[in-house]
Amino acid sequence: MVAPILVEARGIVKRFGERTVLDQVDLEVREGETVVIIGASGSGKTTFLRCLNRLETPDAGSVRIADVTIGRRANGRAADEYELASQRRLFGFVFQRFNLFPHLTARDNVALGPRRVLGVPRAQAEARAVQELTRLGLGDHVDKRPSQLSGGQQQRVAIARALAMDPRVMLFDEPTSALDPELVQEVLDAMRALAAEGMTMVVVTHEMRFAQQVAHRAVFMADGRIAEAGSPAELFGAPRDERLKRFLRHLEPGV
Amino acid sequence: MIFDWNVVVYAIPLLAAGIVQTLKVSIVACILGLGLGLVAGLGSLSHNRPLRLLVRIYVDFIRGTPLLIQIFLVFFALPVVGIRMSEYWAGVFALAVNSGAYIAEVVRGTVGSIERGQTEAALSIGMTRKKVLIWVLLPQAWRPMIPAVTNDLITLTKNSSLLSAISVYELTRSGQAIIATHFAPFEIYLLLALYYWALISVLSWASRRIEKALPSW
Repeated sequence: MVAPILVEARGIVKRFGERTVLDQVDLEVREGETVVIIGASGSGKTTFLRCLNRLETPDAGSVRIADVTIGRRANGRAADEYELASQRRLFGFVFQRFNLFPHLTARDNVALGPRRVLGVPRAQAEARAVQELTRLGLGDHVDKRPSQLSGGQQQRVAIARALAMDPRVMLFDEPTSALDPELVQEVLDAMRALAAEGMTMVVVTHEMRFAQQVAHRAVFMADGRIAEAGSPAELFGAPRDERLKRFLRHLEPGV
Repeated sequence: MIFDWNVVVYAIPLLAAGIVQTLKVSIVACILGLGLGLVAGLGSLSHNRPLRLLVRIYVDFIRGTPLLIQIFLVFFALPVVGIRMSEYWAGVFALAVNSGAYIAEVVRGTVGSIERGQTEAALSIGMTRKKVLIWVLLPQAWRPMIPAVTNDLITLTKNSSLLSAISVYELTRSGQAIIATHFAPFEIYLLLALYYWALISVLSWASRRIEKALPSW
């Protein structure tokens, strides 16, 4: 049985001044599916991801998640800031540079959203935070500030922070690009485990091995459009688009 | 010229009374100025256009006019439209309003300088702009604000000297009174300078202590 569509982006257009960064991008993501977006830098993949949870406001197009249209009320009118904020948390977002709150411990980073956005009582929010952090192998580090953690640990705290809000979909924006090579694996392992648990994920990444092993579907973006989409086996094994062929050739050997 | 030690010995306790008044003016004006500056600074960060414009005009007016004129406006002009204050309160009010504008700029600048990624991370977990400010940006802004705010409060304390022009009997005014009767401008003005210097040194020291005591990361 095919899982129902959870996220549906239609005709997303984004311009920065004169430049059209996204030109009519469509994407559907099914419940429980992991979709990776690959492409050269400047192809628009990060911008597209940020349009999904409205960190960027698209100039045209729509994003639906479950029965919610982001930025719209149920009656079709424009959502106000409060509604948009609550719609936005249907997505969890993991940033390339972690963006942890430096003044808070790992536990408080994770508990902040549940406490201040959802109004969960402190003890309960902290217990949940410790539980999420422990699940990600950070049980011994809950009292540390981000500056006391390695990059890989910080990124896992960031994943825990997003998960604590019980998102329907997790968005990852090049989550391992800012990491030292030896720290990449621990983050990929965490993401792999998450995918195996059935979390719906959209991952912008340069980790081709991860893309091939974990993704159900791969999307190649070039010049603000989706140039090719299909199973990872199709994209990596039998690319059709010339730009995709060139992109794959330029990757390091062995992937 | 002969340095007149007698007038110095005579002046020290009299000036001490003046410094008490300077402290009374400065401390109250500092507290009011900090509150006003924080409110105005947050106003300039809000998405409410009229409010931002209002703060803009306030800051521009204060920066664009001399403090002495602002003091005269409060003390001599406001009574004409029915707002009457004692010398003391007119002085405190003028200094607080003046300092508040500069502190507002510090608040705006410091909060604005916090990395964009912090706001984005907070938005991504469903915070509204107000919550981002309260729970993520302001807690990170307090410490970097302190040196600049200290500067503004030092300026305020020194500016209280201008209140001598509206007969607030603070340090400068009490010195001038001694000079008028004993004609010892060299000794007394030198003494006044030392008093201010000592006062400001204490303020700087306290600010460094506060900065160190605040948590860093």
